[in-house]
Amino acid sequence: MEISSIWYFLSGLTLLSALMVVFARNPIHSVLYLVFTFFCISGHYVLLNAQFLMAVNIIVYAGAIMVLFLFVIMMLDLKRNQPESKSSLTKLAGSIVAGSLLVIIIALVRQNNLPAPSESTFVAKTGMVENLGQLLYTEYLLPFELISILFFVAMVGAVMLGKREAGERNF
Amino acid sequence: MNLLTDIFLAKAAFIGVVFAITLGIAAYSTYFERKIAAFMQDRIGPDRAGPFGILQPLADAVKMFMKEDFIPANSNKWLFIAGPCLSMLTALMTSAVVPFGDTVTVGGVTFDLQGIDVNIGILWVFGIVSLGVYGILIGGWASNNKYSLLGAIRAASQNISYELAMGLAIIAILLFTGSLSTKAIVEGQQNGHWNIFYQPLGFLIFIICAFAECNRTPFDLPECETELIGGYHTEYSSMKLGFYLFAEYINMFISGAVMATLYFGGYDYPGVDFVTAQFGSTVAGFVGMGALIGKALIFVFIFMWVRWTLPRFRYDQLMGLGWAGLIPLSMYNVVVTAFGILIEKPFTVGIAGFVLLLVGLVVYDQLFVKKKIA
Repeated sequence: MEISSIWYFLSGLTLLSALMVVFARNPIHSVLYLVFTFFCISGHYVLLNAQFLMAVNIIVYAGAIMVLFLFVIMMLDLKRNQPESKSSLTKLAGSIVAGSLLVIIIALVRQNNLPAPSESTFVAKTGMVENLGQLLYTEYLLPFELISILFFVAMVGAVMLGKREAGERNF
Repeated sequence: MNLLTDIFLAKAAFIGVVFAITLGIAAYSTYFERKIAAFMQDRIGPDRAGPFGILQPLADAVKMFMKEDFIPANSNKWLFIAGPCLSMLTALMTSAVVPFGDTVTVGGVTFDLQGIDVNIGILWVFGIVSLGVYGILIGGWASNNKYSLLGAIRAASQNISYELAMGLAIIAILLFTGSLSTKAIVEGQQNGHWNIFYQPLGFLIFIICAFAECNRTPFDLPECETELIGGYHTEYSSMKLGFYLFAEYINMFISGAVMATLYFGGYDYPGVDFVTAQFGSTVAGFVGMGALIGKALIFVFIFMWVRWTLPRFRYDQLMGLGWAGLIPLSMYNVVVTAFGILIEKPFTVGIAGFVLLLVGLVVYDQLFVKKKIA
């Protein structure tokens, strides 16, 4: 089987499940479709031979963040908290903005005409964890460390927000 | 091309064998769980089906299949069915990267006794384990029952909390090996250089997290019957319930195999060289597979032993242990291990770090913790 046919199948599946995220009536179904979309994207990483990214994508997004999403949505009473439907003006504005963004992105990609990597110089093992680590800790050391500081600040902020203030009720 | 199909067939057969072994062990775990419980409570346990009740798992399976398969009226039908399926699926997928043995030659085909030897190895296990909670979460929500939902939510927060400490415990192992591949981790431990001697604290953290991830006592809060009836599987009956319970036993066996791989040398056993010299590498490979399964079964026994010995935690104690106890400990472990590797004395520093921690805990306990006068 051609590898490109797998790619087409996977891309179709990705788009379909991503659309279902938007169109599903039930928020729980939306989240589950989103999880499925992440799996499809992980499949794309495998096609790119980036196994480490695939594993991390599944662990972080599908395994942790989406579980928290589900967790929060399950706590809501869905019958009482139905999101009210937006007015047709908002819908129209939304579709115009999204449509023009799509056109801009497609135009950009077509204009720039990114060159395909030549087969002779392409290194198939770029996505392996050893090479990724080498790159992160040498060439991109400063951005990497800055991002860790950003994460740390975000964590401290989350703890501050979630902390009980003095005198507040302990449920 | 012929070689490719041969290896493919051999791997397919091997995966079939692993599935059969896993399912068989999971089935007989239910029997031994009841026998061990009976022994610890001074009872006899199941003894009606066959000699010593050895056919009890078969009788249980027949009972499970014969019962009415009930779906609650206001449940979400498809997700209700998907819950146990997902639990089973994720439980069985983990064993793909566990190296069951070294290279063997059967019928002229040489292959590894391992499903797939991928570059990301242990991350695969970690990813599948983090997906395992979906089965419980979806099943609990789809039942449309508040007790099920509470059980599901407990399972989700418990799994996420203990994954962090588990990942940090694994990082210390990765510092030793320098590779994520499970095969490389096992090969680094051959000839008795098992990681348990270098990482006693890491192993302790890992086994506690394994208990929590498998929802076993003392961390079986998601199915805590005194508070939540049956937890996430309250509404389940027939083989759907059977799948949930079965998935738990599979998880126990697989996590035992993973712990053996990470800390107890995987398929290494005393006298590998002797067996290889006497009977050839193929026999040695299969004996290694037996050794790994034996080690995993010892862990399954420990799981049961703890279940019938310790009482259940309270939920805030569980969260406190995970976040305030295990995560700082595992960070300490990572730092000590890294220091040991830096000065090239991993064994001495590992043991010294462990002893230092124990001394520190005892001193802290004596000086700062107020004792209740009994």
